[in-house]
Amino acid sequence: MQYVVIIYLCLAIWLYLLLGGADFGAGIMELFTRSKNRSAARQTMSHAIGPIWEANHMWLIIAVVILFVGFPRIYGVMSVSLHIPLVVMLLGIIARGTAFVFRHYDAVKDRMQMLYNRIFALSSAVTPFFLGVIAASVLAGYVNPAATDFLTAYVWSWLHWFAVAVGAFTVALCGFLASVYSIGETHNEADKRYFIRKTRTMTIITFLAGALVFVAAGFEGIPLGPWIFGNWVGSSAVGLATLSLGGLFYAVSRGHTVLPRLLAGFQVTMILLAIGYRHFPDFVVLRHGSNLSLLRDQAPAATMQALGWALLLGSIFILPALYYLYYSFQHEAEEVAEGTTIAAVRK
Amino acid sequence: MDDFLAARSQMALSLGFHIIFSCIGMVMPFFMAVAHYKWLRGGDETYRNLTKAWSKGVAIFFAVGAVSGTVLSFELGLLWPKFMEHAGPIFGMPFSLEGTAFFIEAIALGFFLYGWGRFHPWFHWFTGVVVGVSGLASGILVVAANAWMNSPSGFDYVNGQYLNVDPVRAMFNDAWLSQALHMTLAAFAATGFAVAGVHALMVLKRRNIHFHFRAFQIAAVFGTVAAVLQPLSGDFSAKDVARRQPAKLAAMEAHFHTEKSAALVLGGLPNEKEQRVDYAIKIPGALSFLAHGNFEQEVTGLDRIPVADRPPVTVPHLAFQLMVGLGMFMMGLALLYFWALWRRPHWLRADWLLKLFVAAIPAGFIAVEAGWTVTEVGRQPWILYGIMRTRDAVTPMPGIAYSFYLFTAVYLSLSLVVIFLLYRQIKMVPELYDRPALVGAA
Ligand code: HDD
Ligand code: HEM
Ligand code: HEM
Repeated sequence: MQYVVIIYLCLAIWLYLLLGGADFGAGIMELFTRSKNRSAARQTMSHAIGPIWEANHMWLIIAVVILFVGFPRIYGVMSVSLHIPLVVMLLGIIARGTAFVFRHYDAVKDRMQMLYNRIFALSSAVTPFFLGVIAASVLAGYVNPAATDFLTAYVWSWLHWFAVAVGAFTVALCGFLASVYSIGETHNEADKRYFIRKTRTMTIITFLAGALVFVAAGFEGIPLGPWIFGNWVGSSAVGLATLSLGGLFYAVSRGHTVLPRLLAGFQVTMILLAIGYRHFPDFVVLRHGSNLSLLRDQAPAATMQALGWALLLGSIFILPALYYLYYSFQHEAEEVAEGTTIAAVRK
Repeated sequence: MDDFLAARSQMALSLGFHIIFSCIGMVMPFFMAVAHYKWLRGGDETYRNLTKAWSKGVAIFFAVGAVSGTVLSFELGLLWPKFMEHAGPIFGMPFSLEGTAFFIEAIALGFFLYGWGRFHPWFHWFTGVVVGVSGLASGILVVAANAWMNSPSGFDYVNGQYLNVDPVRAMFNDAWLSQALHMTLAAFAATGFAVAGVHALMVLKRRNIHFHFRAFQIAAVFGTVAAVLQPLSGDFSAKDVARRQPAKLAAMEAHFHTEKSAALVLGGLPNEKEQRVDYAIKIPGALSFLAHGNFEQEVTGLDRIPVADRPPVTVPHLAFQLMVGLGMFMMGLALLYFWALWRRPHWLRADWLLKLFVAAIPAGFIAVEAGWTVTEVGRQPWILYGIMRTRDAVTPMPGIAYSFYLFTAVYLSLSLVVIFLLYRQIKMVPELYDRPALVGAA
């Protein structure tokens, strides 16, 4: 049963990065879109994520619940050592979720919209940045539960160049996912070309940010290169991801909509696999002493058993319903009209 | 502010904030389902408009409920890591099932909010009902986790070790039934009265009477039925507390000295130093009766509890009085409403009755906050009753006070924005739903 729980944990993290990531990317793109195109971009994105944003973010909750039920020590150590970035991430989650819904459901469309938009776009970048920081801190080996002075225990655990670089990389990755996703959501040629251009830019930025991660790791003395390329799974995952970029551009230029999404998802998956493969079963690398491991630092067997069954049972309900949700809202564009009507009546 | 106090305050603030949104998230879907049903069955456009208008408000509340809930699932660890390390595996069962319930709720909500005119009308209606049912399920499950903190079970505590963990038994702990029942009713009573009151206010202002009166009726029926059952379930809860947490009962009743045929203390200011209650009305024997169902029986007072294990008295006592007082007021109003429905239909449109409902807008939610204060403060100094002290569970991270100020500012501004948005929604009702010619397709 422990493997069921671990697989679900990985699944939740993976899906959160893919689905939640595209969702964050939507806001990030708003931040980096010139105001001329902003409103079109916003309409496309807002309509694409409206029905599914709550569901996308549930994966984070699932991951957290699995952690505190199944791996309480890991949850405990992370909560203490990474308190500060976790709080910042939470503030980002609050700001983003509420701003998104407020701008959609404010009955009067006036200057408040600009405020919502600003908050939404900014928090869309801040949240994944700190998610990246947290992920990096888990790997970097600066977490030190035995430390007694404030800086070592609560600040240097997450404030280092590697974490900053991974944070930036995560933001870029989210923007990349969103730009690929948007290509299929557009309704005219001009918008479509616009998002294809965006995808190119985002790919380059992501690539550079990825390179930066290796530079930062070298600077901090973290053996990232050997971790990823020291085994055939890691190196072939990175190889495949790079190769499939070519496929992605080809598919985009041929006007495909679904294939690029699959390829983008594939690339993210490969990146996660490359990092995760060598790392498993460790979850948190500690400064001193043995790392926290998914196989060792578990809850009692009875709990793992119950948790595994709860997850299996839950997915019988969730997965079909979720599939149907995505399926149903694939190609729709009506709800936006309602907001416009309200504005019209107002005038 | 010292870190321990700050952590407690932050936890209380976050939960006190979340509970408002979760009550609405649990209950409003049922109001909408009724209005929606009436529209689908009777074809009265007002009901369709009502469903739509409500669903916009609910979308706002859901978003805030979802983010504040997400914050909570991290905060348990951020503030109480030592508690969670031991408790997580034991009381995790309801949380993991709750995850499923949330997920289904979020999926169904996507269908419901964005599904107008896209699906078969009855499928669309059904997704709304699913939102309600899974919301209710998640509320009941999460209360199981809290009940376990009041009544730990499903493990053996040997020399500081938590052995023989049985998560299923932990979930079905002693306190769950009474707490979940009382909480569910409270959600219906609080939301019902608040919504009914707001629409009553609109009727009083003679705005869209047709629309608001129908809204008022739906909310009022739900709220009043729950308000009549609430004191009954409260009595059940009190007997339960007397049995499993005598210290909490003594604190909420300000019952300092163990005695036979104990008196019920109404109102008054507890004086914890002198161990007496000033300015109170005492009803002889009533406490024995309420706690144990017999006027003679001895009721344990705080003097039987070791000093180190005594909860504060003033806060739980006053909060308890407040909850019961409001409960009585709501029950009275509910009975009046039933009488009007049954015998005096013209009262339903009388200004004085509507004004009473307006006065009751905050009553239920104040009672909910007061009730949770009784439960949580009354459990002190324990975070896990009889096993782990709250002080031993707090995070070693210094400077929690700043995080408390930060979250206070965030929650305060969120509350203001939500009120502002609701005000705008209600203000738009005439423009959206009264002049069909203008609105066209909306
Ligand atoms: C609309 C809200 C509301 C109203 C009108 C009442 N309550 Fe309540 N009460 C709650 C809302 C609430 C609550 C917030 O939902 C609590 C907190 C924990 C719980 O399970 O329910 C609660 C807790 C609570 C407890 C503590 C339970 C525990 O710690 O396990 C007792 C003894 C009562 N209530 C008793 C009453 C009585 C005798 C009432 C008579 C009128 C009453 N309540 C009205
Ligand atoms: C499942 C639900 C709940 C859980 C798991 C939970 C958990 C906790 C924890 C861990 C603490 C800190 C330790 C303590 O001071 O006892 C706490 C305190 C507190 N909680 Fe709850 N709680 C729940 C429900 C609620 C709700 C809904 C409220 C709503 C108002 C609430 C109000 C408070 C208050 C007022 C305190 C501070 C008490 C004090 O420190 O004196 N709780 N709760
Ligand atoms: C007695 C206290 C509580 C009750 C009755 C309650 C009930 C609910 C309900 C009904 C919802 C769904 C409605 C909505 O989204 O607005 C909800 C949302 C949520 N709650 Fe609570 N809750 C309580 C305390 C907690 C605690 C202690 C946690 C964290 C451990 C928590 C975590 C969440 C989360 C993550 C969500 C968002 C799920 C979603 O998107 O639907 N809740 N809560």
